[in-house]
Amino acid sequence: MELLNVKSVAKSYGGVIANHDVSLKVPKGKIVGIIGPNGSGKTTLFNSIVGHHPIDSGEIHFNGKEISSLTIPKIARLGMLRTFQQTHIYGKMTCVQNMQISSNIDADWKRVFNPFSKEVDEMVDELLSFVGLYKKRFLLAGDLSFGQQKLLEFAMALMKKPKILLLDEPTAGVNPTLINGLIDRLRQVNEEKGITLLVIEHNMRVIMNLAEHIYCLANGTMLADGKPEEIQNDQRVIDAYLGN
Amino acid sequence: MITYIKILITSPEFLAQLIINGLLVGAIFALIAYGLALIWGVMDIINFAQGELVIFGGYLTYTLFYQFGIHPVLTIPIVAVLLYLFGLLVYKTVINRLLGEKDIFITILATFGLAILMQQLMQAIFGPDVVTANPELGMLFLFDGALIISNIQLVSFVIAVFVAIVLFVLMKYSRMGQAIRATAQNPRASRILGINIEKVYANTFAINAALCGIGGSLVVMVWTIHPFIGLVYTFRSFMIVILAGLGNFMGIIFAGMGISSLENVTGFIIGAEFQAAVIFCLLVIILVTRSIKARKKRQYIQ
Amino acid sequence: MITNDKQNTLIWLGLAISAIVPLILPNHITVLTYIWVMIILALTWDMLGGQTGYTSFGNILFFGVGMYVCAVVQRDMFSSGLDRFERVSEVVVSLNASEYFISLAVGTFSGAIVAVILAVILGSGILGMRGHYFAICTLGLGHAAAEIASGIDYIGAGSGMVAPLYPSELLIGKEVFYYYAFLLVAVATFFLFRKIYRSQFGLALNAIRDNENKAESMGIHTTQYKIAGWTISAFFLAIAGAGVGNVIGFIDPVEIAFSGPTFGVWMIVMAILGGKGTIWGPVLGAVILYSAKETFWTYLLGWDKVALGLLILIVVVYFPKGIIGYFKDRKQLSNSILSQKGDS
Repeated sequence: MELLNVKSVAKSYGGVIANHDVSLKVPKGKIVGIIGPNGSGKTTLFNSIVGHHPIDSGEIHFNGKEISSLTIPKIARLGMLRTFQQTHIYGKMTCVQNMQISSNIDADWKRVFNPFSKEVDEMVDELLSFVGLYKKRFLLAGDLSFGQQKLLEFAMALMKKPKILLLDEPTAGVNPTLINGLIDRLRQVNEEKGITLLVIEHNMRVIMNLAEHIYCLANGTMLADGKPEEIQNDQRVIDAYLGN
Repeated sequence: MITYIKILITSPEFLAQLIINGLLVGAIFALIAYGLALIWGVMDIINFAQGELVIFGGYLTYTLFYQFGIHPVLTIPIVAVLLYLFGLLVYKTVINRLLGEKDIFITILATFGLAILMQQLMQAIFGPDVVTANPELGMLFLFDGALIISNIQLVSFVIAVFVAIVLFVLMKYSRMGQAIRATAQNPRASRILGINIEKVYANTFAINAALCGIGGSLVVMVWTIHPFIGLVYTFRSFMIVILAGLGNFMGIIFAGMGISSLENVTGFIIGAEFQAAVIFCLLVIILVTRSIKARKKRQYIQ
Repeated sequence: MITNDKQNTLIWLGLAISAIVPLILPNHITVLTYIWVMIILALTWDMLGGQTGYTSFGNILFFGVGMYVCAVVQRDMFSSGLDRFERVSEVVVSLNASEYFISLAVGTFSGAIVAVILAVILGSGILGMRGHYFAICTLGLGHAAAEIASGIDYIGAGSGMVAPLYPSELLIGKEVFYYYAFLLVAVATFFLFRKIYRSQFGLALNAIRDNENKAESMGIHTTQYKIAGWTISAFFLAIAGAGVGNVIGFIDPVEIAFSGPTFGVWMIVMAILGGKGTIWGPVLGAVILYSAKETFWTYLLGWDKVALGLLILIVVVYFPKGIIGYFKDRKQLSNSILSQKGDS
């Protein structure tokens, strides 16, 4: 059963065709990767899926619902969240507050004028420990290092208990010694909490180890897709990266 | 109110009169709005004191006319220069500190504070009463008296158009104009290429002040001013810029004239004392409609 | 900073002093009453302006609406057969004690309800956009309201209305009554707002201020929170307006009810001066600014408003974080340094 089904999506910006006839399927509970050289349209695809801009043609189905005309907040409420290459966090609030505000507060309007519940606070502590930020939890998010902010952003997404998480280059800019830890956490989150992952990655080692199925974009179109071993040996993919 | 609408329908020359008056005077509004768009586009400064700069220019013309006997039309270049210098002063003391401020509300509140200061200064110096500097140029009767245009409106229209042309030429062909446009597009690249960004910003703000001054001189000739009417001009400029879009020179001219005519006609129907209320409702309607349209297309108003 | 218990002790102490003050300084009751009014104005402005980061130049709308609605209710509730449409501004209603207080209560409450409805309707329209568009829209609110009020004869048009006379037979004089009334309202506002800012709602407002795009992309109904915040402010602003209308005694659309250059501007400056985005900032700013204003206006004679304008400019440009903001920054800085020292 596909959680996310992207069908023939096209998107161009002022003359430049960023995505053309792009389709992909993300089965529920799986980890799917997207690779491709710079400028192949990966981030544009993400933006189209999460509601950042309208698409020119095609369909996007999430959990059985057609979402290509919905806005970002609506799609987020349906259970699809996305992280960015540059971290997006609440810089002037503490890590704890960043986490608290990421809980599902809209769920119960009657409680919104009370402080956060114990369950939320416990979840905050648990997730901050999970990403290794527990000791820094009272620091302002803006004062964290880039890699720490990425972890915070990841933890914040987990607070919402999403159905699917779209990660845009999660290891970019992260200290190589910390990458393994990050991969482990991604796998944990997928296996233990059942969160489906769709990951854009440049780091081949990471994505080949992490994903169960990989799509390769080049020049705005889907070049190839398949299991990591297949993709690694696909001549078209190799050519795309080495340039022709 | 219905009677007024009936009058407009039965005597279309009345409607034409209102619209043409609106168009003539709208050129002034377009000029002021252009200045606002200029600093918004180049420096990302949203100037809440725009109207006060206009009124200040008006008071200068008034003073030069009544204290020194200079014909109002001739005061315009003087006021332009004075306001240009004043703009440089304001830039160095206030605006300079606001550049690169990520919190847009600091710039909004700062220019708002400047507006308040100017309002109170003008009230303290010139008094709270309404003043005008009408040079009494007479009327023009067209179509057997069916269309009456006061010459001062015509003159101010011509002057506004002239200034607009000068501005256009300046922006396109002069070094400063090109530097300004380059900076608006890409400040970093401009800096690397040797453009003195400080000078560009200072000049941009000063040019805006000069434009406001000219607008103010024309305004005090065509109508009246008082220390607190600046708000209406600020608001109107915002509306024109929002309607036309930041980079759209021609759009601002059309929007300025269009809004002015619309104001005239609605003012006639509802009553001129509801001027601000009418403009306000108009702006809200425009923004809300846009917001709804944008949401349907997954876009967001920037 | 200061622990909650210490805060509360200070508050009770302050309240005790405030309760006795009118007996010690009877000549200054009106000024002291206005300080409570200013606290309410500054706190309500700050909910959207400081906590949410949405500067409003038009909050005066709700103030004036509350003032007018209450005045109309007070005038019309118990009077019968008055030819009200002739020279409304000269109609002076005389009520006995129970009529006065009942109509005052009903009027104040009605004003608050009208303000709330207005806030919801307007907010739904203009709070769906980003903050600078909201600020631009609010710029014309007060002025437009003043224009409209000046055109309606039922409420006195340009000449305004007169508030009913305070029943003279009572032991508690008018000034004293309104002093304690405003003290209670100000205290209620403070405690309610403090509770709100410590709640989930308060953090949501702060999130909108810090990174509205992030808040939206996390699925928060940002527009609804903004509207709710503005509505809460409108409620208390209207109550303040209703009271002030009675304290001053007459209501003028341009000079009093929708007066941008006075109440409208002060509420903004006080919140910023004291420290916007904090619970004590607006309170501090209100007390300092209003006391300073009252003390110095005699010395500046006519130029006092210019001095105020200059003050606004200086505060906003050079001290945008205000007094409390300054101290908070210092504390946060030392916090960061200390905790980073404990790192490897």
